[in-house]
Amino acid sequence: MAQKTEIEDLSGDKYKYGFTTQIEADTVPCGLNEDIIRLISAKKNEPEWLLERRLKAYRHWLTMTEPHWAKLKYDTVDFQALSYYAAPKQKVQPKSLDEVDKTLLETYDKLGIPLKEQEALAGVVAVDAVFDSVSVATTYRAKLAQQGIIFCSISEAVQNHPDLVQKYLGSVVPYTDNFYACLNSAVFTDGSFVFIPKGVKAPMELSTYFRINAQNTGQFERTLIVAEDDSYVSYLEGCTAPQRDENQLHAAIVEIVVMNNAEVKYSTVQNWYPGDKEGKGGVYNFVTKRAACRGVNSKISWTQVETGSAVTWKYPSCVLQGDNSVGEFYSVAITNNRQQADTGTKMIHLGKNTRSKIISKGISAGFSNQTYRGLVDISAGATGARNYSQCDSLLIGSTCGSHTVPYIRNRNKSAVLEHEATTSKISEEQLFYCQQRGIKEEDAVGLIVNGFCKEVMQKLPMEFAIEAGKLINISLEGSVG
Amino acid sequence: MTQKLLEIKELYAGVADGGKEIVKGLNLTINAGEIHAIMGPNGAGKSTLSYVLTGKSDYAVTSGEMQFCGQDLNALKPEERAALGLFLSMQAPVEIPGVSTQAFLKYAVNAVRKYNHLPELDAAEFLKLLRGKAKEFEVSADMLKREINVGFSGGEKKRLEILQLSLLQPKLAILDEADSGLDIDALKIVSQGVNQWHNADNGLLIITHHLDLLKQIKPDFVHIYADGRIITTGDMTLAEELEKNGYKNYVEMSK
Repeated sequence: MAQKTEIEDLSGDKYKYGFTTQIEADTVPCGLNEDIIRLISAKKNEPEWLLERRLKAYRHWLTMTEPHWAKLKYDTVDFQALSYYAAPKQKVQPKSLDEVDKTLLETYDKLGIPLKEQEALAGVVAVDAVFDSVSVATTYRAKLAQQGIIFCSISEAVQNHPDLVQKYLGSVVPYTDNFYACLNSAVFTDGSFVFIPKGVKAPMELSTYFRINAQNTGQFERTLIVAEDDSYVSYLEGCTAPQRDENQLHAAIVEIVVMNNAEVKYSTVQNWYPGDKEGKGGVYNFVTKRAACRGVNSKISWTQVETGSAVTWKYPSCVLQGDNSVGEFYSVAITNNRQQADTGTKMIHLGKNTRSKIISKGISAGFSNQTYRGLVDISAGATGARNYSQCDSLLIGSTCGSHTVPYIRNRNKSAVLEHEATTSKISEEQLFYCQQRGIKEEDAVGLIVNGFCKEVMQKLPMEFAIEAGKLINISLEGSVG
Repeated sequence: MTQKLLEIKELYAGVADGGKEIVKGLNLTINAGEIHAIMGPNGAGKSTLSYVLTGKSDYAVTSGEMQFCGQDLNALKPEERAALGLFLSMQAPVEIPGVSTQAFLKYAVNAVRKYNHLPELDAAEFLKLLRGKAKEFEVSADMLKREINVGFSGGEKKRLEILQLSLLQPKLAILDEADSGLDIDALKIVSQGVNQWHNADNGLLIITHHLDLLKQIKPDFVHIYADGRIITTGDMTLAEELEKNGYKNYVEMSK
């Protein structure tokens, strides 16, 4: 096989041609096949069982077809045209902020990001430099380790905690789950691993912000969070700063396991490149996020603020297995220009007296299209299950679209299910009232939108909430007038 | 020398994008310290006039001039007109769900201050100012926490409008049917608030149907407005005469 020889050549003697060759060796040819997967696994020095899992997933993926049931229109992805292994990119680093894109800097200013952090985000300096050299990250980790908390990259976890990874990886989202999850299971690059031992409450919010900027985790991110009995953790994913990414397709998996009396709060602010005004470019975000409340009285709470990506396909779900377990989903999704989002949640009630709550706020502007798609599934054994769903849509202008598709499947008579949905529009009268009191039209939109999604924003950790509020205003710029 | 606040000359305006003409050749000058009242039959376009002056996008000026404090109003956005000191107490203030009254008021006060190069008030300074005013207009702390105008009674809405007048301290205020839906006590609070604000440096334009409000806030000039312009101008006696005989004779005159 010609290709195989090529790959062997590339992955062979790294140092033969010195430093330059090493860079070449970290770039594999486009396309996907078993050799590429073996190469990824080898580069990451993975154990045999993980390689076997990747291959099994890949073979299954070949039998699957891309789903098209979502209300989304986009060009078909050519999976053979993608590169599945990109080592940290050797990009030309800007020497100072003067060399950085002006619009990017303006956005940072509007978000109120301090200058030092701006430099790190724009890639002028390393994140370490911002947080006072390596010390902060190290102290941070050491403090967590004292309590037995593991917070590291999934690659590190594979090396240092193989038993935990082998036990839980794929236990919530099996590789057979869906097309994109299957692809991720075959080719995932990196992500976070969090383990909170029995009885421990994480003393601080764990944030990818501290880690993710240090290395390019690539387009197939994999996150695993395990909360043992009686533990608690609040985890923050993403960053309010705009994320410019060359990779068009993102297919991540987040798995969360919650044991007896444990609680996990997972907050996301997603601000990937949404494409330009005409809808050119932009990230396709096809994510599978799922939490299993395995223990009794366990609790998972998803909070998401989605403002980025050209196309979003995302349904953070809760599998409520343990009796009395609780699942919550709080979501704000904003689409502007030509953005499309098909997003919602799934609440699978299996245990007795399980409770779930869905609060979804969708804001559409410009020519964007948005769908809330949610499933509330009460199984026969879920006696006493309860769900409350509230889906509110706010339209700005008259060229956008908003759709609500709630699925309810109930096989237990004792279940109590409530669903409320509203659709409203920011009226000329409301805008004029604000303007008449001296408030600019754009600020008035921000004020009204922030009021509309206050209920969800309040669920975000304090500092994150303030930034996310500003982010909403920025996302809606140009949506009026 | 009297300071001209508002000067309208031969103003024609109507529904935007070539719609129906509603203001047809209006002339009106309001100087600092003056109180003007505009009275007229239903459908005369009195509210439209207030929207044209404040810049609501549904309406457009076709010809004529309107100057406010020496600036061409037509060249300014609604928020700029407001920040310059033009205030409209609306006939039916709109509900804005999700936005707390208190937060809205702070936002508005600071937006106007910012425009006029004044330092913005922080939360503590603003609360101090707001609490004093709220007491005056019998606006409870609970009401300030509620979403703006949502579920407010007619009287509550009007008291909140005058509270905003008092907070923003405009140069010229237009009261569009400020008395509609008010009981005697609320009317008293509203008119006291307006009288307290009014001084030799600012002006007032009252749009009303009723003598009640004019008895509380005494106008220097009373204009009868019909078919898009002022038909006749007089003083308080004109308003009293109207109450007896109605608009009929004046509407005839306008034809």
